[in-house]
Amino acid sequence: MKKLLTITTSVFASLTISFNVLASSSVHLDHANTDINDQKSLQNGAQLFMNYCSGCHSISFMRYNRIGKDLNISDADVEKNLMFGDKKIGDKIIASMSEKGAETWFGTTPPDLSLVARSKGTDWIYTYLRSFYADKSRPFGVNNKILVNASMPDVLWELKKNKSAEDFDQEVRDITNFLDYVGEPAKLVRVDLGYKVIGFLFILFILAYLMKKEYWKDVKYGKWRAKD
Amino acid sequence: MDNNKNWIDQRFPLTKVWNEHLAEYYTPRNFNFWYFFGSLAMLVLVMQIVTGIFLTMHFKPDAANAFASVEYIMRDVDWGWLIRYLHSTGASAFFIVIYLHMYRGLLYGSYKSPRELIWILGIILYIALMAEAFMGYVLPWGQMSYWGAQVIISLFGSVPFIGPDLLVWILGDYAVGDPALNRFFSLHVIALPLILVVLVFLHIVALHTVGSNNPDGVEIKKNKDKNGIPKDGIPFHPYYSVKDIVGVVVFLMLFSAVVFFAPALNGYFLEHANFIEANPLKTPDRIAPLWYLTPFYSVLRAIPPMFGSQFPGVVGMFAALLILLALPWLDRSKVKSIRYRSYPYKIALGVFVLSFVILGWLGMEKVTPVNSILARVFTVTYFGFFILMPWFTSIGKTKQVPERVTE
Repeated sequence: MKKLLTITTSVFASLTISFNVLASSSVHLDHANTDINDQKSLQNGAQLFMNYCSGCHSISFMRYNRIGKDLNISDADVEKNLMFGDKKIGDKIIASMSEKGAETWFGTTPPDLSLVARSKGTDWIYTYLRSFYADKSRPFGVNNKILVNASMPDVLWELKKNKSAEDFDQEVRDITNFLDYVGEPAKLVRVDLGYKVIGFLFILFILAYLMKKEYWKDVKYGKWRAKD
Repeated sequence: MDNNKNWIDQRFPLTKVWNEHLAEYYTPRNFNFWYFFGSLAMLVLVMQIVTGIFLTMHFKPDAANAFASVEYIMRDVDWGWLIRYLHSTGASAFFIVIYLHMYRGLLYGSYKSPRELIWILGIILYIALMAEAFMGYVLPWGQMSYWGAQVIISLFGSVPFIGPDLLVWILGDYAVGDPALNRFFSLHVIALPLILVVLVFLHIVALHTVGSNNPDGVEIKKNKDKNGIPKDGIPFHPYYSVKDIVGVVVFLMLFSAVVFFAPALNGYFLEHANFIEANPLKTPDRIAPLWYLTPFYSVLRAIPPMFGSQFPGVVGMFAALLILLALPWLDRSKVKSIRYRSYPYKIALGVFVLSFVILGWLGMEKVTPVNSILARVFTVTYFGFFILMPWFTSIGKTKQVPERVTE
């Protein structure tokens, strides 16, 4: 029986490992190494996103005041630093650019980025934003190594020019971190709650196991008799 | 208290049912690890129904709003993210539990006489569960929901003569769209759960009529004491109820680890592409159903089109499912349990499990020349397990089955 169990589990374990190896894609992505508990990084990411991205990209599943609440920014500060134009604090975050304008200028509507961290992953975002290179043949003079012929211009070029490579990577990491949060705001509380739930279950397991052991004493020593 | 009990017992067989199915329902004393999965399947079913009720309160079955309403649940509904993850993880957990439960049946020959009906009801349950899961996966209306449904449903279009009309009848349209979403929602929240609950009830009634098998495959009812109680039996309650609680808690720990630490499980439980809203104009470069359906998807892809029709593949896929129903009559062995089976059976079972797992893996991968050869080879071994079973269960030397269950 034990042998059977070991064989079964080892077969499944080795298969899972080989799945993961085979599932990794051919394009090399740099590891984003973001930390969703780093509030400073998230706040900086929010600021950078609003400055550099939100002109064209919506994150329509997020509201301004939700970001304020989750990242510990007061409504007043959100209004001052993160909101432009005549938006209200409870509004969803919609790009300033109209869809028609986008079609004319870029040939396509920039995608909503609410869930980009979930569909493409943080490593992809981190690598993508750092992979623009000069290419005269493209309308904006730039191309991208991992999304070939991207319609997006290199909006972060100024940051890249004025900062050290290390600082620039950190800025991109902060944007990525922010988008990871935007993809799943519950992630801020999920992991913490998980430890508590599993801790509770572990205590319950000890009690349940002791109870089982107590009842099964009768069976183990052949004491069990049917009631007459 | 006793007065209340009497009052009820005169009007409803409460004490009788309690005794017959729990307190005086005698189960073999030698259940092992593999016997946790029946009660765990019940647990997951209840959890899916309860979380499903709360999801239904907030979900909008409308092609224009469905995707956003799921994200609304994930963000704006109090604890909505938890309810949704419990439900989505629960779907995969259901299949893990059911696959292990079925494997237990294969290990110990639990489908053999007199338990054929339990097995048949179980297989129908399994097929109903696949339909339930498939339709549930369409509801969040992501790219995989949409294109997965498009691929699977279009198979019905390959049925000779009536195919195209059948397709329109199923979808209420010429392609997957709002009408399909609406009817899948209806089937997912009402029709199939009802069928599942009724089938589970029948599955358990049938089980309690003949009693449980056990890892030795010994019929405990053949050895009774003077009170008519099986010598190797112990009452289900309290012995197995307290034991199953331990199993439940361990299961919940593993389950919570997924829900809280990796709810998408790297794309295996929630596919990455399903976080992009359904777009009928943009086919994803890779369409794969969720892992629990992929073995049958592989069989479908392994069988080449004949006479310009996909129909043979469709027949093959359904045959791979329905052939499970014949198992009790294909197995000619005199012994039930793997412990006393002959070597040919042990090898065949190993090959079968391997085929099933590899077909499942291939179903998630892109079709390449090597992959399609592999899929064909393992489709043959999958069917071979059943077709050759009357032969390999009647050869080889089986061990002597003991009179009583072993410790």
